[in-house]
Amino acid sequence: MSFITTKENQTAVAAPPANLPNGKNDYQLPENPLVVIEPRSGWVPLNLREFWQYRDLLYILMMRDIKVRYKQTLLGALWAIIQPLFTMLIFTLFFGKLAGMPSDGIPYPLFAYAGLLPWTFFSNAVTNSGNSLVGNSSLITKIYFPRMIIPMASVASGLLDFLIAFGLLVVLMFYYSVGLSINILILPFLIILTSLLAIGIGMWMSALNVKFRDVRYALPFLIQIGMFATPIIYPSSLVPDKWRWLLALNPLTGQIEAYRSAFFGRPFDWFALGISTVLTLAILFYAAFTFRRMEKSFADVV
Amino acid sequence: MKPIIKVENLSKNYVLGGEQKPYSTLRESLVDAARKPLKMLRRGQSKDTNNFWALRDVNFEVMPGEVVGIIGRNGAGKSTLLKILSRITEPTSGRIELYGRVGALLEVGTGFHPELTGRENIFLNGAILGMRQAEIARKFDEIVDFAEIEQFLDTPVKRYSSGMYTRLAFAVAANLEPEVLIVDEVLAVGDAAFQKKCLGKMSQVASHGRTVLFVSHNMTAVQNLCTKTVLLRDGQVIRFGETRGIIDEYLSKDSVNQLEQCWESFEEAPGNDAIRLKRATVVSHTADGTDNITVETPIDIEFEFWNLSPKNTTINLSLVLWTIAGECIFNVGSPPINLSSGLCRGVCRIPPNLLNDSRYTVEIYFVKDTSVILYKQADVVSFEITDVRENSNWHGKWIGAVRPKLDFELSQL
Repeated sequence: MSFITTKENQTAVAAPPANLPNGKNDYQLPENPLVVIEPRSGWVPLNLREFWQYRDLLYILMMRDIKVRYKQTLLGALWAIIQPLFTMLIFTLFFGKLAGMPSDGIPYPLFAYAGLLPWTFFSNAVTNSGNSLVGNSSLITKIYFPRMIIPMASVASGLLDFLIAFGLLVVLMFYYSVGLSINILILPFLIILTSLLAIGIGMWMSALNVKFRDVRYALPFLIQIGMFATPIIYPSSLVPDKWRWLLALNPLTGQIEAYRSAFFGRPFDWFALGISTVLTLAILFYAAFTFRRMEKSFADVV
Repeated sequence: MKPIIKVENLSKNYVLGGEQKPYSTLRESLVDAARKPLKMLRRGQSKDTNNFWALRDVNFEVMPGEVVGIIGRNGAGKSTLLKILSRITEPTSGRIELYGRVGALLEVGTGFHPELTGRENIFLNGAILGMRQAEIARKFDEIVDFAEIEQFLDTPVKRYSSGMYTRLAFAVAANLEPEVLIVDEVLAVGDAAFQKKCLGKMSQVASHGRTVLFVSHNMTAVQNLCTKTVLLRDGQVIRFGETRGIIDEYLSKDSVNQLEQCWESFEEAPGNDAIRLKRATVVSHTADGTDNITVETPIDIEFEFWNLSPKNTTINLSLVLWTIAGECIFNVGSPPINLSSGLCRGVCRIPPNLLNDSRYTVEIYFVKDTSVILYKQADVVSFEITDVRENSNWHGKWIGAVRPKLDFELSQL
């Protein structure tokens, strides 16, 4: 937490607890305090060391979210496929068939699904993590741990759905006789990049949400707009050249196009992907520091 | 020896009403600094302003291996202190140095997820409390044993009884091994057997040389577990030292008793055209003459009122005794009699060994013809009954709405 000064010689925090045999206190007090609690203001360091100490919690919260998500549902993990699949069918009907949207020479259903796959992951991740702090208020007011873990776990728990939905993409590609190419090897990098972007925006929204519950209402709306501001139902080649830069300011643009290139073996737009990476990291760092600055009041406000 | 916890000039300020500003401007900071000396003078009157000092200049030190009780009435700052110590919220000013790992148990079962099984929740809860997975796995059997839930390990905890739920939650927390354990009112939940187990575990923790901070309203437990005690009042440390004397001070000065309410003039008195209440008093017949009401103290609840009804109205009083938590303990009525207008008096005598230790508030009804409510007033007086325990090694809360002394024979046949 923001007001904790972590002293350099602090490794003892991660060390296993002191063993206390024979009813004797063998615990040796360290020279310097393990933790100093005092008010802090302004920008606060990220304290990644402490974050690392709590990595088990990140994993366990992620598993909790995954296990709980489809409990007591009839279709279970099928929902991971249903959402992008049916959106794809609707888009194919309206945009592919009726509006005759171009799709860079790829069958429109495949084109749309390849965009919807990462988009569904991204939008669910941002929605879930944006609401995660408020949803876990009972934890925040009762226990101390690095607060960032909560929105991060929400994003991470969406990865399984992504992989399941990716399975359907492979089936679709087989159906349309589109083969995988070596380009697919970039997929892990893209997934990490999209996750980082989702963590950045989700973390930022979750912190704002603690103070301003407006976020809960604004977020679905913003995500809906985001979908049209991102080349998901249309290719970015549809946008006139002089406006293309505007589209590239959306960090998801380069990523979505890169996913398509990875899936369909087309050349990458390295420039767009580079811009997207820089923007993603910028957003992530800004969000992380904003989060750190705001988190000291979470327990009092939430 | 060096302290394991060092609290220096710790203060915590809450802004009441409205949003706390996220970032203060330079101008505000300057104004604040200028006002500070004034604020210090007005200590204790913080309720008048928008600022509320939950803690003010708190100082104390805890040595390794000590078990320290933290007592004080509700709102005295106990919970705030624990929240700062466990790093959930930050202080406004001051500083704490911790020379050991701190494990906080502010509420059992925090982070339990109802849909997950007992097994899954053990890992979830352990991780939330700061344990590594390997550590939890190592202690898994011990936790299951302590909680006595072996056959329900793979059942979602939403199907657990509340007793099982609490046992499991405490079992996980009790197997934490921090150098400093912070415990808040865990004894307020669970059944008697479970409380006994908790207390046992806590004295065991203490006897192993670990440091414990223990917040409780249960003075018997504090008395028996804690070597030293901090008494908080309005966010300040009133006393810190040997437990016994401090508990006495708490009981005599900090209990929430409003033993008397009196309205001298007729105009100010609460009531209506039929009844005006003049005075309500709790008279305790304590052995030592203090106001410390125990379960063994006989109490009289007295009322004086002006009867304004016409002559020959049949009036009776009806008294409802509530706990602060809102449970009704009983409702008793006086016999109805014809009262003339003028000052009247009613006394309800509560015998010793009837009420359990709790806080009570009295509601009074003035009834005409045993059916029409002329006037009623809630919270006319309130009092706290404290526990005394003799011939018993059991220090947990004695459960039940009442605690009568009944004839209970036990003999060898």
